[in-house]
This record gives sequence, C-alpha cells and structure tokens, in this order.
Amino acid sequence: MAALAKSRTLIYNLNSKLGSLGMLNRLTRRHFPSLTPQILASSDFHYNNSPNLFVSRHFESTKAQTHPGSLHGDDDQLLDFPGGKVGITSQMRFISETNDWRVPCYRVLDDDGQPIGEFVEVDEETALKMYTNMVTLQVMDTLFYEAQRQGRISFYVTTIGEEAINIASAAALSMDDIIFPQYREAGVLLWRGFTLQEFANQCFSNEADYGKGRQMPVHYGSRKLNYITIASTVATQLPHAVGAAYSLKMDKKDACVITYFGDGGTSTGDFHAAVNFAAVMETPVIFFCRNNGWAISTPISDQLRSDGVVVRGQGYGIQSIRVDGNDALAIYNAVGAARKMAILEERPILIEAMTYRVGHHTTSDDSTRYRPVAEIEWWRNSRDPITKFRKWIEGNRWWNDEEESQLRISTRNNVLEAIQAAEKLKKPPVAELFTDVYDVLPPNLLEQRKSLMETLKKHPEEYPQDFPL
Amino acid sequence: MASDVTRRIGIVGGTAWRWRGARRMSTSTSTSTSSAAKTKSSSGSTKKEVNLFTAINQALHIALDTDPRAYVFGEDVSFGGVFRCTIGLAERFGKNRVFNTPLCEQGIVGFAIGLAAMGNRAISEIQFADYIYPAFDQIVNEAAKFRYRSGNQFNCGGLTIRAPYGAVGHGGHYHSQSPEAFFCHVPGVKVVIPRGPQQAKGLLLSCIRDPNPTLFFEPKSLYRLAVEEVPENDYMLPLSLAEVIREGRDITLVGWGAQLSAMEEACKEAEKDGISCELIDLRTLLPWDKETVEASVKKTGRLLVSHEAPVTGGFGAEIAASVAERCFLRLEAPVARICGLDTPFPLVFEPFYLPNKNKILDAIKSTVKSSRSCVFARQQNIWLALMHPFCPHKQKQPVTGLIESGRPDSGPTVQPAPSADHPVQQ
Repeated sequence: MAALAKSRTLIYNLNSKLGSLGMLNRLTRRHFPSLTPQILASSDFHYNNSPNLFVSRHFESTKAQTHPGSLHGDDDQLLDFPGGKVGITSQMRFISETNDWRVPCYRVLDDDGQPIGEFVEVDEETALKMYTNMVTLQVMDTLFYEAQRQGRISFYVTTIGEEAINIASAAALSMDDIIFPQYREAGVLLWRGFTLQEFANQCFSNEADYGKGRQMPVHYGSRKLNYITIASTVATQLPHAVGAAYSLKMDKKDACVITYFGDGGTSTGDFHAAVNFAAVMETPVIFFCRNNGWAISTPISDQLRSDGVVVRGQGYGIQSIRVDGNDALAIYNAVGAARKMAILEERPILIEAMTYRVGHHTTSDDSTRYRPVAEIEWWRNSRDPITKFRKWIEGNRWWNDEEESQLRISTRNNVLEAIQAAEKLKKPPVAELFTDVYDVLPPNLLEQRKSLMETLKKHPEEYPQDFPL
Repeated sequence: MASDVTRRIGIVGGTAWRWRGARRMSTSTSTSTSSAAKTKSSSGSTKKEVNLFTAINQALHIALDTDPRAYVFGEDVSFGGVFRCTIGLAERFGKNRVFNTPLCEQGIVGFAIGLAAMGNRAISEIQFADYIYPAFDQIVNEAAKFRYRSGNQFNCGGLTIRAPYGAVGHGGHYHSQSPEAFFCHVPGVKVVIPRGPQQAKGLLLSCIRDPNPTLFFEPKSLYRLAVEEVPENDYMLPLSLAEVIREGRDITLVGWGAQLSAMEEACKEAEKDGISCELIDLRTLLPWDKETVEASVKKTGRLLVSHEAPVTGGFGAEIAASVAERCFLRLEAPVARICGLDTPFPLVFEPFYLPNKNKILDAIKSTVKSSRSCVFARQQNIWLALMHPFCPHKQKQPVTGLIESGRPDSGPTVQPAPSADHPVQQ
C-alpha cells in the first residue's frame, strides 16, 4: 500500500505542499479522555485543542485548503482532491463505526436542582416565566388529554416529560426567530404568547381556529408569533427551515430559524437533505432533536446505530451538542449559544436533547403495550424536568409552595374556561372548505362549491348542523 | 454515483433529438414568416429569433432583474445548467441568488418551500422531470397544502419548480418521462407546460409571479429545436387559459408541450383529406380551462386528446371525462386518446411508443369517419338527418335533443356508450 500510495503521489502536483506541513496537527490522540460537561459547555470548546474527532471545522470545498491543521497522515505528503488536500497513510485502517465513549450530555443542574458548573445567569423574572409556562403546559396537556378521553376533541398530543425542551428553548430565542415545529412543541408557542383560548380554539376546530378547522387538533400555527403551521408529516419541515434561514441570511436579519423533530425524524430523507443543505449553504438554522427514545413504539435501538443523533453533525460538517433535555438551564444555555453562533457565524447547529416521552405518542396510542409502566413512572417521578427546575428556583427563594398551589389552581381554571368557551363557538363556514387551496377559487372549485351548496339545501338533515354555510 | 454521471452526459450537446426532423416549428399563432433575426413589432417591442432554452433563460434574467427577492437554484445551475437555461445568471446576479444545490431533489424543493414561505420567489430546477419523484412528498404534502393547512396564514406561492420533461430521442427510462398527470391530481399546485419559446417565456414569468406554487415542465426536445421570434421585453401570458392555435370545424384536438408539433402535423395532413381540425394548446393543466375545450367540442362534436405520458390515468382521461360530462349530447364520436403506451419509456422502441403523427392522423380519420353520417345532422336539421339513409339514428324515434351520440357499429340501436368499445390506440 505504501508503494502504491507513494507512486500515486507522483501524479499529483506536490509543489508548495511541503511548505504547509509544519502546520499539520500531528497531535492525533489514540485515547480520548472523557470530557466533562464543563468542557463541553465552555464557549471555546469547539476551538480548543481537543481531539480531532471533536473538531468540527467549518469546511467549504473551496476553503478546505485553508485548514491544513485538520490533515493527518503517516507521510509528509498531501494529495490534492477536488474537496481539498488529504494526507496519505500506508496503514489500511478503517475508521471505527463509533467512538469508544459516548458523547456526554451537557448539564447545568444536577438532579437536586443544584448548579454543577458555569452557566448564563437567568434573572428571576425570566426564570419564573419559564417555570409558570412549564406548569401551564403540563396542566393544559393534562386537561386537553382528558377532554379527548371524554370525546370532546378528536385527538391530542402531549408534551409530558418534554416541558423543559419546549419552554427553555423558546426562552433562549428572540421573537424574530422563526419556528418550524414538529407536533410536540406547543410550549414554544405558549412561551411566545399563544393564549389558552387560541390553543383550545384550534383543538375544537371552531370558527376562531386560524387553521379554519382543516387540520387535526394540535396542528397550531401563528403568523404573528413566527410559528409556521404544524403538519403531521415527520421532518418535512427541516428543509423548509433551511430555506427560511437562507432568506434571513440574505436579508442580514439578526435572527435565526429553529426546527424541532424527534429521534424518529432523523431517519427520514428530509433530515439528511436539510442538514446537508444547511451545511453547504451555511444557513443560520438550529436543528433541535428531541431524542425522547421512542418513535411511537419504535425504540431508539431500532431507529439508528450511531451514538444517537449528535454525532451526525460532524458527518455533515456542522457543530453539534448533546444536552440534558430535562434540564431547562442546560437547554436555555445551549440554545442561546447556538443561536449566537448560527447568526454571527452563519452556520447551522445540531442540538440533541436527551429526554423521555413520558406521555403516549398521541391519544391514539397506548404506550404500555410496548414499554414497561415502571419505566414511564420512573421518568415521570424521578426525572421530571419541572420538578428539577422548581428545586432550583426554590433554592433561589424565588418560589414557594403557596405560589405553586395558586398557580396550579388558577391555570386549571383558565384552561377549563378556555375549553368551555371554545366548545360554544360555531364551526367555520362550509365555504371555507374551498378557500386557500389557491389564492383565489379556480372555476372547478367554484363549480364544486355551488354543487355542494345545492346538495346541502336538498338534504340538510344529512350533514352536521353546527356549520354555517 | 454512476447514475449521477449518466444523468448528465449526452444531453447537453445531444444530437439524437433530430429524429423528429431538424425542422423549425411553428409554435405561435402569429404565423410570422420573417426570416430576419431581429424585428420590431408594431407595439414597439423588439423581437428576436431564439430557441426554447434561450427564451427560458431570458425569462429567468427578467425574473431576477425585476425582483431582488428572486432566487434560482438547482443541480448544476451555477455554470448554466445541463440544458443551458441558467447560463449567465450567476455571473450577473451573483452566487447568493443563483447557486448549485447538493444532488437531492427533496432538499431542493423543501428548501425552496421555506425560501418561498419567507416571501421570496424561489425558482428551483429539477434537472429532469424523471428525478422529481424524491421531491414528490415535498410537492404534494407540503407545497400544495402550505396555504390551506395554515388557514392562509402562510403560503409558499413564490415557489416555481422547473423541470425538463418528455421524449428526447435517446433518453430511455430516466430522461424521457412526462409526469404531469401525477401533479394534476394535487389541489394547490399549478401545472404549466409551454409549447415553444414565445410561450415558454411568457408562461414561465407568469408562473414565477403567480401567488401559488407552480410546476413548469419544459419540453426538452425543443430546447434547441424550436426557434421562433420572442419579444425581448418582459411579458406574461395568462395561466389557466387554453389557446386555440388552429381553428377547425370537424374535430377538436387537445394537447400540450412538444406533443403539439406532432398534432399540428397531423392536422395539416388531415386537411388534405378535407378534415378541418381545431387544435387547442391547453398550456395550463391544473387548474385547466374547461370552457375553451367545451366550446370547441360543442362546435366540432368530436375530441381527440394526445400526450406522451402513458394513456392509462393520463391527463387525457380527465379531459375526456370532463367533455363527456359537459358535451355528451353533442359528441358524435367516441373521444380518442392517442397517448404513450402503458410501458416504461423504452429506449430503442421510442419511435413505436410515441403518439406520433401517423397514430394521430389515423385516429382523426377514424373518429370523423365513424360519425360522418351525422355531420349533416349537426350542421343542418335533425329531421333531415333522420331521413338520411346512412344515419345511424334513422330508425329511432325523433329525439328532443339535437342528436344522441353516434356509435359507429351500433346500427339502428343507439346507446350512449361513447368510448367503451373504441380502441385507444389506432
């Protein structure tokens, strides 16, 4: 192999290459020390002299040659390929399919809500808003779930167990940032000011639903809150996020895009397409993966073979971080830092938040059929992100039991009121069935609308009565 | 990767599309015979003889020039595209607005949807319509429903997807397909196909500026072959409006894109036999202009639809069904569909597969012949017709309508079964 490699080097123009060899990073380490979360959290982590495998450089094919420090080889020679210069080696060595350690999880608070390292200070007001939003989300989920069980709405998706991901990531963003959600991030919308009434109106498909009753419950969207309407399709929003981020970059906006998805979503073609496009086009987009271990009934072990999702970032040439998804402060810090990097450095960032889907996939699912109840309960009781955050704010003397009980009672009443009000509103007019397919109604839809209206006049008793025409 | 290479070779400088004959098509209604390279019309706009890819290129230049929020991107777009449609754009408008994408169609369309959702004109190119299927989900589930599912809070109306389609003489399975019918089943998108340079420029600009996501399929066999005078200025042609490009009395022919040239040839041949054909370019397939087709069929009493895509489930079926709904009592012969065969697109068998002039001409003749005995009735008087010795309706009691459908072999028993026993391919 050595001879072969040597002879091949003759083919390539080696002029000027030897001169750059001094810059080669020869510090390839075979054994990696385990990294502490503090190292991961430090802002210069990605730029320090950590092992090569951690260095996620900002490659661009035309710029690759400006990063000779990333080259390693046995020989002092480089081959010049279209993607940049590559060192040579006489050893036939396959890169391992995985590291011999797992990427650690960045954490700020331990299980008792005590800080274990440095983090960006969160003031009392923000902390309390985060906490009350998490509780509101939990209460809303509980009551809407019950409303579905009572047959008042057709469907619901809870975020139980992922409240910190929802609220803390939203808290770290600016209102100008654009959200391309999956369907388990209602809390992001809550943080931005979507009211309980607006949530209820969508779930009850009434005339006040912005989506005009066309989509299943929980498919929220809000133009004024920069929250792109949810679709049931998985991870299809990721490429959209990249295109939107490209637009922000072209407009030189002080804003980024964040898109959420689950671990299952990382198996889709759209995930690959989006992350690769984002890397190549250097767009300010945060890919936020909620790795909650379950895609309906499919466990993560049936989903992928890599060390979760975080390691994929490097494969696409983008920076990535793994965070504790049940630690609101860790998420707040990571998303805040990612946002800054995304905008200032015009680059995508991948965040993998490790968590657990405590609720069922949807109201159509009974997860006890495929996972032990004890496992669910352990996460619910021992790893609850809201409890952990409460410990921290109580430790700061920002919160007490009385406020807790008042918050839960008033939130419960507010949600119930919203449900009752939403139930009383009429359904959207039947005419809305035909609008918004195009900007205006084409002749075929005009014709079909006319025909339907005639049918409704002829057989009014055959159709739901609570719809105005 | 090998397939990626084969995707690109052979097409750019290809010569094999000359099987159609290296002729210049008359693709516009204005039968300008001027041989001058550049003329000036009475309206003052300068015209120049250009081919189809140049007309497309002109439209893209104008689109980028007139809207700073317009972007053009796709595989190999930067250097001008494998069909040269994007030539000169990156140099003029910069690599931020005209750029290559990774080789990933779902990524291209998904990216374009997001870009369009932010109020931009996202003009994306799929290198061949044959490769649009990885983006099918993004088009069908995302682009088409973006406005509807949000209650009009969001839309991706600035999205335009350009893709070369159709037979090219040597394209085989994966450089020849006509996938338009798949997208005509999707409420929320528009599907547009031009027949030549002048149409292409005006329709493409309309697609780009239309507030709805639009698919624009370009007949790649005509990129170099079709040359005609094209105004150099910025102009738009209406969407969802068909154009009668040849008026006639005896039969209506409906088609689009490159197929119109074969249909036009057949019309000319038929004329020699005394058959007057009306030829309609549908131009926009979704939402399509039923009124123009209906008016024509009511006049001629006969319909032939023709497209390169396989006949079964093709868009011709939709046209035939709509005409049956609206013109049944005026039809005097079964609707003829002269289309691609129900096979994958076959390389060496392409001349056999295609709905060429001869197949169309035979169908015109048999359609007209099969109902000729009633031509008299349509144009004169129901009572005279019934007295005509060859009229199939002769022995039937007088009808209240004008005439029922003439079934060629049914003799005196008239049953309205217009197409059940009519061979699809002649």
